[in-house]
Amino acid sequence: MGLAHAALIGFITVASTTSTEQSGLFRHLLPIFEKKTGIQARVVALGTGQSLDMGKRGDADVVFVHAKALEEKFVAEGYGVKRFEVMYNDFVLVGPKSDPAGIGGGKDIVAALRRILDKKAPFASRGDKSGTHFAELELWKAAGIDIAREKGPWYRDTGSGMGPTLNTASGMNAYALTDRGTWLSFKNRGNLVVSVEGDKRLFNQYGVILVNPAKHPHVKKDMGQAFIDWIVSREGQRAIAAYKINGEQLFFPNAE
Amino acid sequence: MKDIFLDLRLWEIVVLSLQVSLSAVVLATAVGLPLGAAVAVGRFPGRHALIVLLNALMGLPPVVVGLVVYLLLSRAGPLGDLGLLFTPAAMVIAQTVLVTPIIAALTRQAIEDAWREYEEQLRSLGAGRMSAALTLVWDTRFSLLTAVLAGLGRASAEVGAVMIVGGNIDGVTRVMTTTIALETSKGDLPLALGLGVVLIAIVLVINAAAMVIKEAAQRRYG
Amino acid sequence: MILPLRLEAVSFLHVIKPLSLELGAGPSTIILGANGAGKSVLMRLMHGLLRPTAGRISWSSNGRQAMVFQRPVMLRRSALDNVVYALKVAGVAAAERPAMDALKEVGLAHLAHRPARVLSGGEQQRLALARAWALHPEVLFLDEPTASLDPSAAREIESIIRAFDAAGTKIVMATHNLGQARRLADEVIYLHQGRVLERTPVAEFFSRPATAEAAAFIKGELPWA
Repeated sequence: MGLAHAALIGFITVASTTSTEQSGLFRHLLPIFEKKTGIQARVVALGTGQSLDMGKRGDADVVFVHAKALEEKFVAEGYGVKRFEVMYNDFVLVGPKSDPAGIGGGKDIVAALRRILDKKAPFASRGDKSGTHFAELELWKAAGIDIAREKGPWYRDTGSGMGPTLNTASGMNAYALTDRGTWLSFKNRGNLVVSVEGDKRLFNQYGVILVNPAKHPHVKKDMGQAFIDWIVSREGQRAIAAYKINGEQLFFPNAE
Repeated sequence: MKDIFLDLRLWEIVVLSLQVSLSAVVLATAVGLPLGAAVAVGRFPGRHALIVLLNALMGLPPVVVGLVVYLLLSRAGPLGDLGLLFTPAAMVIAQTVLVTPIIAALTRQAIEDAWREYEEQLRSLGAGRMSAALTLVWDTRFSLLTAVLAGLGRASAEVGAVMIVGGNIDGVTRVMTTTIALETSKGDLPLALGLGVVLIAIVLVINAAAMVIKEAAQRRYG
Repeated sequence: MILPLRLEAVSFLHVIKPLSLELGAGPSTIILGANGAGKSVLMRLMHGLLRPTAGRISWSSNGRQAMVFQRPVMLRRSALDNVVYALKVAGVAAAERPAMDALKEVGLAHLAHRPARVLSGGEQQRLALARAWALHPEVLFLDEPTASLDPSAAREIESIIRAFDAAGTKIVMATHNLGQARRLADEVIYLHQGRVLERTPVAEFFSRPATAEAAAFIKGELPWA
């Protein structure tokens, strides 16, 4: 690649989500960043709620999650400096090949959810306050369904990460909402296939925020800002687009 | 599947795991062994309660230890300024907390048993309590080694504490147990299985060594 | 000179009733009595391992005394190192030489580097005596030293005890072995239920015991050669 290898000058702690980490994006992206700047970005991958909480406690320098409403609240409450849009990926609805709800090949997620409720087809939810979980709840709402009231034994709250939830869905032949990245690298598919994709409502926007040094003076603001500057720069955005699994691009850069 | 053992990543994870657990056991021994010996030969009010407490603490759930250490080391916590959270040092601290009661309690038991046998003779020779305790530590060295190996086994096998305080950061705080948990949840089994094999092998060697040492010492030294 | 040892109205719980005793230098004193008479407790009181619950025990000055127990207790190290240990505790700096001499005295020099705990019962008891010998004690207490040994091992122990006596160490020994008492004692203290019933020279004790209890005791036991 011809880049000079910068000497290691320090590290920052980045709080991000398990789905982003498990997609393998960081393993692709961070060495490029480190080579260029000499900064090691250490990613602690938790759920969105936990990651933002880490930012509030000052245990991270940068927060990099995909829950716009919560991120804006984070900045508004003074925990973060400024939110930058970075990239988006999409969610897909996966389900058993047998397709009990009859939604396979569809492009309308809201209609699909209505049919799942109708047929009481098994559905595995993350139920762990993650970005994916919030996205799923928003979609039920968009379908006009109060899922808290209307759920039954067909709706399984696994309370766990994307991988384990998919394991459960695979084991139970259930539908599940997952980010494409995790799905592409998931190796335990069983009978699961993609049932619904491409709906604009399934797009998942990522934002990156520097933890506010006014609230936490120890925050590594220069190195943290360098990370943000790089990831929204042309070079960082190109690196994101270059990440592919089986030839498929997972994340679509859209920084301003 | 065999190829996984050629993967450098696997061995980097193994090496980090051993570094963390061995460091923790060294620290836990430095604290727990003198503590156990002192309690064994000492006589002070509350001694019995302390012995019960030490034995009870052997059963500390690792995940709870992780939580407590996390709260201590978090920036929002009392030791936050040390900046230790999500580093291998934090994992060593958590495992030290976990293993010290094990070593202290087992040391206390071994030395108290020996004290029962030796007390009259050592006092007859004029040895004071402290000096007697040191003598007993050397005399029970094989039982104490077994206690240390028990601590090492516990540290190597736990996942709760290191996961929470280490953050399972790729290339930095990812150890065998946390990697197995992660890879399994991803449905990505070869690395998990490979590490599982190495971990089981390590634990088996530790336990077998403890037994063999004890038997050989018994035969040779009586 | 640490003797005489004075016990004044010494009692210990219900085991030793208040007794007064004075042990002077010279004669080997054997304490006889049935099991449960309190011999072991009395020995430990005199040696200082137990504190009396009433009364006073006093030595005339500071000096070395040693005790050998019925079961020898050896550290997990070589025979030589066990003797060295005792010397080090007593504050002797260059301990190796005197330790080796002590082993020679009891005939264990050839086992100097053997782990002490793998030695036979008789050898370990000889080692315990070597350990005491190295200290050159003024008084040697022995609590039933041959009770766990076979007759030939017991005889070896007895000859070492005689060597102590010849070297000037005061012997105070508890035993229930009448033959041993006859062989080694100069005077006998007969203990019965925590009281000293008799204190007489050995020959007189056996031929003309003054109390009925002592007489019964002597008759009740088979004399061993």
